[in-house]
Amino acid sequence: MVEKQFTITDEAGMHARPASALVGAVSKFKSDITIEHNGKKVNLKSILGVMSLGIPSGSVVTIAADGEDENEAVERAAEVMKTEGISNQ
Amino acid sequence: MTQTMSGIAASNGIAIAKAFRLENPELNVDKRTISDVDGELERLTSSLEKSIAELEVIQKKTAETISDKEAAIFGAHLLVLSDPELVGPITERITTDKVNAEFALQETTDMFISMFEAMDNEYMKERAADIRDVRKRVLAHLLGVTIQSPSMISDEVIIIAEDLTPSDTVQLNAQFVKGFITDIGGRTSHSAILARTLEIPAVVGAKTAMADIQNGTIVIVDGLDGTIIIAPEDSVIEEYKNKQAAYDEQKAEWAVLKNEATVSADGQAVEIGANIGTPKDIAGVVDNGGEAIGLYRTEFLYMGRDQFPTEDEQVEAYASVLKGMQGKPTVVRTLDIGGDKELSYLDLPKELNPFLGLRAIRLCLEMPDMFRTQLRALLRASVHGNLKIMFPMIATLDEFREAKALLLEEKAKLQTEGVEVSDSIEVGIMVEIPSTAVMADTFAKEVDFFSIGTNDLIQYTMAADRMNESVSYLYQPFNPAILRLVKMVIDASHREGKWTGMCGEMAGDEIAIPILLGLGLDEFSMSASSILKARSQISKLSKAEMAQHTDRILALSNSQEVEDYVTKLSIK
Repeated sequence: MVEKQFTITDEAGMHARPASALVGAVSKFKSDITIEHNGKKVNLKSILGVMSLGIPSGSVVTIAADGEDENEAVERAAEVMKTEGISNQ
Repeated sequence: MTQTMSGIAASNGIAIAKAFRLENPELNVDKRTISDVDGELERLTSSLEKSIAELEVIQKKTAETISDKEAAIFGAHLLVLSDPELVGPITERITTDKVNAEFALQETTDMFISMFEAMDNEYMKERAADIRDVRKRVLAHLLGVTIQSPSMISDEVIIIAEDLTPSDTVQLNAQFVKGFITDIGGRTSHSAILARTLEIPAVVGAKTAMADIQNGTIVIVDGLDGTIIIAPEDSVIEEYKNKQAAYDEQKAEWAVLKNEATVSADGQAVEIGANIGTPKDIAGVVDNGGEAIGLYRTEFLYMGRDQFPTEDEQVEAYASVLKGMQGKPTVVRTLDIGGDKELSYLDLPKELNPFLGLRAIRLCLEMPDMFRTQLRALLRASVHGNLKIMFPMIATLDEFREAKALLLEEKAKLQTEGVEVSDSIEVGIMVEIPSTAVMADTFAKEVDFFSIGTNDLIQYTMAADRMNESVSYLYQPFNPAILRLVKMVIDASHREGKWTGMCGEMAGDEIAIPILLGLGLDEFSMSASSILKARSQISKLSKAEMAQHTDRILALSNSQEVEDYVTKLSIK
């Protein structure tokens, strides 16, 4: 399993546009991918799941992947977080 | 019979046209027990596929006719239709509970809708509307019901609806849809935001429009104040046509002024800037022709989160504001927290008189590490534009010297580290404490500029808490005591070749503007939406003429006399 932490820097937090980009991007991977915030973990391939976390600006989230393409999946998630301007790590 | 109702003014302008009711078909969902599970799953898949195909068309059309940003919401809708956490439980219910697809869909989406509605964040609450929109589309396919689409309208109308879904709103054709009224929603709902983008007058939250307005009835929508008039008399229609013409004329005049400098009738230039809270506000400043940022309140960067913003995060925010202003003057106020503004992660002791306590620069000097981080971030961002740094709540010259020394130390450190820093950063102060206004001549020798914060200057001069209703009569911007302090500050700065701005509510006030122009104020900073109105007003005023009136105005005995004097001047 691979995991990585991110600090959400977008002032609006994890809103619909970046969340869609993130879900869209990771859905292509075979691994199970989750995002965790405040002790609550959801499927990162689910837009409703991600939005239901209501992640505000400044919070720390953990993205974890488990499966054959786990490294690529987390790498891709980090890339999308950066290009969408929601986290710069 | 004419009837009047009112709602929330959501998008400016006036529209007069026939009502067109956008009915929501009844999508009644009954619970049925099914025997053919595969057939039911097949119905679900086919309805989802049809919905996806429709949404792809809407998404494409929105990207073409409105913007990619607006189209993105349909990208989210599409993801909902293929969401494993949605489709999974629906399939599960059909397979194990042997219920019909409609019921399984309704139950599963209800769970998400109530989850979003329970969130304590306006933005997230509005997302429940997105789920309802998606559900309605799939249910209609399952039930074989056709939903009315606003794109079919080919006559000038005002749409009346209980609510407009995001997908309804993007299909509005501004050529035919002159305005709309909805029974639910607020100023931040998706349809209200889009109405403003499309410049369609709109009133939302009207509550009983669907109950009271029939198809074909003439309706007036006044998006300026939220009034709705049903079946108006001819004289009222005439009155509103005049109001509409006046609004259009004013809008056209302001549009011309957007790219103009602010110049008085006798050819004297002043600067009109905007007060902003976040980098997102820059778009509004540019749209309204702001010549500067007179006040960037950095505290919003620190609020609504659970830890201090890092230096890099701050650099990013400041740099994006400076870049957005493309070299125009940008005054950034350092952290003004404490008093009534608290941070959840900063545990400050309760004070008896927070407005007279440890706040703004006092707190920053008390917590130098936090302050140095902000100063370093500002210095690092300085190469991206025309940065001016301003310290809030300065009461003594020593405070200013101490703050400036920290700034210079951080600058020297950065330069040793090889980081590029602008060499032309002006450093000024807010004048909001009477002691500083009185000592302005001494301050003017050391600061690069003053910015008068009127809200606090008034409360401290009048010794009246501006949050306390029972002394609100003492909040008197036109009291000659305030005006005399303002004059002292402006004069002191000019004697030293420096400049004075004003960033309180007063700078955009119709009565205050002629006085401030006469007193020689160099920069007026206000909310972006007031800029064009103020520019238009100044273009009709002679600065020299106003200057002749100021001695008489400052000699008046109270606030009311000042207001009367200026009102008479403008009538003349």
